[in-house]
Amino acid sequence: MRERVVFSIGEAMPPRGDVLDRMGMGSPAPVSTRTDALIEAAVAEFERLAEPTGLVDDVTAEAFALVYAGEGRNSHETPLERIYPRADSLALFVATLGARVSARITELFAADDMARGYVLDAVASVSSDLLADRLAARYRERVSDGGTAVLGYSPGYCGWHISAQRKLFERLGPGEIGISLNESCLMQPLKSVSGVLVAGAAPIHRFRPEFSFCANCTTRQCLPRMRSVR
Amino acid sequence: MDILAQIAEHLELGNDERVRDLTREAIDAGVPPARILDRGLIGGMNVVGEKFRVRDIFLPDVLLAAKAMYAGMDLVKPLLLKANIPTRGTVVIGSVHGDLHDIGKNLVGIMLKGAGFEVVDLGADVHAPAFVDAAVANGASIIGMSALLTTTMPVMKDVVDLVTSRGLRSSVKIMVGGAPVSADFAREIGADAYAFDAASAVDRARALVG
Repeated sequence: MRERVVFSIGEAMPPRGDVLDRMGMGSPAPVSTRTDALIEAAVAEFERLAEPTGLVDDVTAEAFALVYAGEGRNSHETPLERIYPRADSLALFVATLGARVSARITELFAADDMARGYVLDAVASVSSDLLADRLAARYRERVSDGGTAVLGYSPGYCGWHISAQRKLFERLGPGEIGISLNESCLMQPLKSVSGVLVAGAAPIHRFRPEFSFCANCTTRQCLPRMRSVR
Repeated sequence: MDILAQIAEHLELGNDERVRDLTREAIDAGVPPARILDRGLIGGMNVVGEKFRVRDIFLPDVLLAAKAMYAGMDLVKPLLLKANIPTRGTVVIGSVHGDLHDIGKNLVGIMLKGAGFEVVDLGADVHAPAFVDAAVANGASIIGMSALLTTTMPVMKDVVDLVTSRGLRSSVKIMVGGAPVSADFAREIGADAYAFDAASAVDRARALVG
């Protein structure tokens, strides 16, 4: 079932604490009044400019296998290739904040208004991730029979090569919500997320981060994600 | 408080208009532009950088200070050029091909300018040859590359190989950074330095140019 989701600004607005975390200010250190003012201004701009929209479409494991394979450039072994065959159901997704937020960030940096640009970028980045979480939650509500865990996986991360975006876009056709791919397989607007929602029992999402690319990873975002579906 | 100390102080506070006025005042009073730059603008940014390093302040405060520095630099830079005063060095920076994420790279550029480097920012999604061509064209001593996606990191190795094959290894140093990049990876591909964040990028760049 293909579903277009128009989010309210409230649904897309990230918690202040998450924005502070994104800016490396998650410690209890006091936030300066200047930073407070920057966050307030960024939130106001975000409210004015963001057009949060998403698209979800069910996909069979067989059809997803082609999307996953992309152009044959994935790492030799990846977590996702072990996870998705064990899923109860799968759906492709994209979500975006629209072009205006990204354009405004670029504009602020071009005008040497870096602090405002940076804070707005942090708000928008956290919001993009939040939209993916919101889509996952909606999908879980739709397909869940109680014990289902849904996580999103995106091309460009953990061995799934970014070039798989082409197949994903061919299949999903997110032009209708204003998202396109450039020649490097990156989405425009930049504040967009895409990937596959994988629904299944929580254990299918767990893996040891011991793949070839894990050695060079400093974020280890997989660990809190796995914990989140316990 | 002398005028250079005032410039540094207002720069730390991110008061760009005040920094511009004080810089103008210092120029009119005959203070040498190189002194205004070193003692006032870079001096202020050094304090900001140190406070950032020990987490007394955070990135938004650094960026407000950087904006104030630019306000002063706009007045001082033409005078430095006229007097042929050399910069600390030129750094070519960019996000590698396949990567449109540029915030981290922008921050590195801001901090490097704040430390007195000339910065040639190639933007995002930069192909390997473009880094090397820009380094040659601008007489850069450092190429700085950023990647946010693990899948784009191999481009960094392409740049290292290209610098080597073009016989530039002794004159052009290579610095890498970005969320998925590590010191081990930098070593593996033959880069000269790895910077964890924008502040450490300045330290690495200073070390690379001696």
